[in-house]
Amino acid sequence: MNGPTFTIDGRSVPFTEGQSIIQAAREAGIYIPHLCYHPEFRPHGSCRLCVVEAGGRSVPACSTPAVAGQQVRNRTERLDRMRRTLVELLFVEGNHFCPACPKSGNCKLQAVGYWLRMLDTPFPYLFPRRELDASHHDVLLDRDRCIFCELCVRASREVDRKNLFAIGGKGTRCRLLVNSPDGRLGSSGLSLGDRALQVCPTGALLPRKGAFHVPVGRRLYDGRSIAESDE
Amino acid sequence: MMQGAAPVGESWITGLAATCGGDATALLPILHEAQERFAYIPRAVMQQIARTLSLPLAQVEAVVEFYHFFSSQPRGRYDIFFSSCVIDRLRGGDESARLLCERLRVTPGGSRADGVVSVRHTSCTGMCDQGPALLVNGHAIAGLDRERSEQMASLIERRIPLREWPRGLFRIAGNIRRSGPLLSGEIPPGAALQRALSLGRKGLLERLERSGLRGRGGAGFPTALKWRACREAPGEHYVVCNADEGEPGTFKDRELLRRHAHAVFEGMTLAAWVIGARRGFLYLRGEYRFLLQHLEQVLAERRGMGLLGERIGGGRDFGFDITIRLGAGAYICGEESALLESLQGNLPRPRNRPPYPVTHGLFGQPTVVNNVESFAAAAHIALNGDRWLTARGTEHSRGSKLLSISGDCARPGIYEFAFGTPLEEILDACGARDLLGVQMGGPSGNWITPAEFQRSLAFEDLSSAGALMVFGRERDLLEIVHGFSRFFAHESCGFCTPCRVGTGLQARLVEKLCLGRGCDRDLERLRSLGELMSATSHCGLGQSAPNPVLTTLAAEPQRYRKRLNSTAFTPDFQPLRELRSCGRRE
Ligand SMILES: Cc1cc2nc3c(=O)[nH]c(=O)nc-3n(C[C@H](O)[C@H](O)[C@H](O)COP(=O)(O)O)c2cc1C
Ligand code: SF4
Ligand code: SF4
Repeated sequence: MNGPTFTIDGRSVPFTEGQSIIQAAREAGIYIPHLCYHPEFRPHGSCRLCVVEAGGRSVPACSTPAVAGQQVRNRTERLDRMRRTLVELLFVEGNHFCPACPKSGNCKLQAVGYWLRMLDTPFPYLFPRRELDASHHDVLLDRDRCIFCELCVRASREVDRKNLFAIGGKGTRCRLLVNSPDGRLGSSGLSLGDRALQVCPTGALLPRKGAFHVPVGRRLYDGRSIAESDE
Repeated sequence: MMQGAAPVGESWITGLAATCGGDATALLPILHEAQERFAYIPRAVMQQIARTLSLPLAQVEAVVEFYHFFSSQPRGRYDIFFSSCVIDRLRGGDESARLLCERLRVTPGGSRADGVVSVRHTSCTGMCDQGPALLVNGHAIAGLDRERSEQMASLIERRIPLREWPRGLFRIAGNIRRSGPLLSGEIPPGAALQRALSLGRKGLLERLERSGLRGRGGAGFPTALKWRACREAPGEHYVVCNADEGEPGTFKDRELLRRHAHAVFEGMTLAAWVIGARRGFLYLRGEYRFLLQHLEQVLAERRGMGLLGERIGGGRDFGFDITIRLGAGAYICGEESALLESLQGNLPRPRNRPPYPVTHGLFGQPTVVNNVESFAAAAHIALNGDRWLTARGTEHSRGSKLLSISGDCARPGIYEFAFGTPLEEILDACGARDLLGVQMGGPSGNWITPAEFQRSLAFEDLSSAGALMVFGRERDLLEIVHGFSRFFAHESCGFCTPCRVGTGLQARLVEKLCLGRGCDRDLERLRSLGELMSATSHCGLGQSAPNPVLTTLAAEPQRYRKRLNSTAFTPDFQPLRELRSCGRRE
């Protein structure tokens, strides 16, 4: 092999200069869990699920450049345990009632939880009160399920060129803001075809019609794990 | 103050925007002005601001929601913030807050129905040496005893405008207790600059390098290396002075800025000259608004002396000026990349790194960010040579360091000590005896027990960006840790999962322990949460947020054990807490 390589869990991985660890891993068919990362967009680094060990430190694979010869560890017990706890934190922080959520089976948060074998959490649920926005004809914004990954923010800005979303607030009081005169989705100019809508990993931004067109059992992650079906 | 005026006419916004350069950096000053005019920032005004600065409305809204001192809901004409710093509370802060609230018939966290006063808590206001302290409409009042509380209540009930309040009420003591070369040295304005001009840029950098000066803001990065790397990076260069001083228990920059502003500005000017910057910013924490007028005056003096502006020192090729930007209450703005975002009018969230500010800083351009004390020290080194620094200290920590000492000691205040000084000696100097322990470096630092008091002040041993909090033997360790954990939960910017959720859970768990409801499993949960936060958080805030819990748990497990409930399992659900929160709307 010509170009530079590094290793992930002992396996040699080629990369091109400037690629992040996660980019190179994807091309080599190695799954590193993630939620806020998406190949179409610049890395964000907020969910921290893609934490790997490189150079003696824990670093996010989405925003850490690959370095020739470096030994990266991805699937260690410690890393998977930390990732599982991170997913637990995302669950306790919001209000996620999977059985009643139309996104169930297509939801990345749920799917990565399954993949990491999260069964329960030792942490108390925080039961936040978050505002529901049902003002849009075609789309529901259920802030209870938002994990602040900012994929909608990035997609609306960079692909849809509408700049409809932002995260406001601070700490656990963070919330998704809609960039419209009255702050509501109905007056925002969001349409069903918007990329922002498609990239939301959870059921926070949800098309209102057709929720059960695909029955439970035949949804994206019902047959295959997220590691096998991730784009 | 034109409080209550209807939000009509936006000429003041355009005017202010124009004087601030017309771009997004004008956002903070305009929001300060709006908050002062209307006692909150109405949505209509946010819309006008967004239009004027060509920003998305949601960005303006997000920024308003982020900072403690801006509000999208009406606040009282007298808007009071009590410092919730652990040290202020040791000094009776809760009692004076209760008294004042009682006299004003207002509940903490709320506004009075007639709109005259509102009261809430904010993080440490930088007055731990003279607390308890509060801010009223952004102006600091320290030493809040019964008498002062009564006086304030009476002024407010009589609706006396703030500017007519007795000046004495706003007096802030200096409390300089021990001076060394930095605090007692004087630099005649322009002298260091003149010396530097004769040394040349390379000569100055070499001098700085030989001195071994390391940044005083926390991380201890070599200052010469930073300036050199920035100088070599292509682009439009900037100098930024980090005067956010947000770490609870830290107040040494407050006095450096008050007494040695010339030295600080001279240090910034030297950096500008070395790296080739034409613009500099001093980012002053909102709590230090009382220093603003003085600092502006020193800048004006320097312009008058030809030490700022075009053709500095009579040279043809060197023009530089400094703008002061006032923060608005957010600890995260002390983190350098969040500070730069704040200056740019963005949400102050730490950036992904690399790249670092030296190559991609303000507006993505090469930027030197240094602490106040670092700039002042650089000016002294330029003038007096590297021996000025190397005459004291240890091999890896040259020179002296300013410490803000607060808590259970006879003489709280600011002390300059040579690096290498044993902690015992420092504690002796401030009159601290019979201690439970000290918190070195503030909440994000470490708990040091008396058994370790022979260790010494140094980057390689006991490192501190400036805070030394002292706790007497009678204090309750868990209550102290609880105060720190609430601070982090309050100040987490919310960007990354481990810190956003972890700081909140940590504060809850410690509260549970304090209430005597904890069990073994809770200690286990605190440990694993701490490990997760320090390993995976995006920035230093989340990485150090578990320090107080982890270091006290390791050093004093018996103090935790003593408080545990005897049963193996206790539920997290706290009926009283839930009942309390039922009536409360978030
Ligand atoms: C959460 C957090 C808060 C910080 N607060 C401050 C501060 O108030 N003042 C400061 O000078 N540095 C602060 N720092 C360190 C800065 O990021 C930066 O390292 C420093 O300003 C560099 O200056 P120096 O090299 O002169 O120390 C903080 C860092 C973190 C992670
Ligand atoms: S709405 Fe969806 S895409 Fe947007 S931040 Fe929340 S979870 Fe992410
Ligand atoms: S560690 Fe905390 S303060 Fe830092 S980016 Fe993450 S949430 Fe924000």
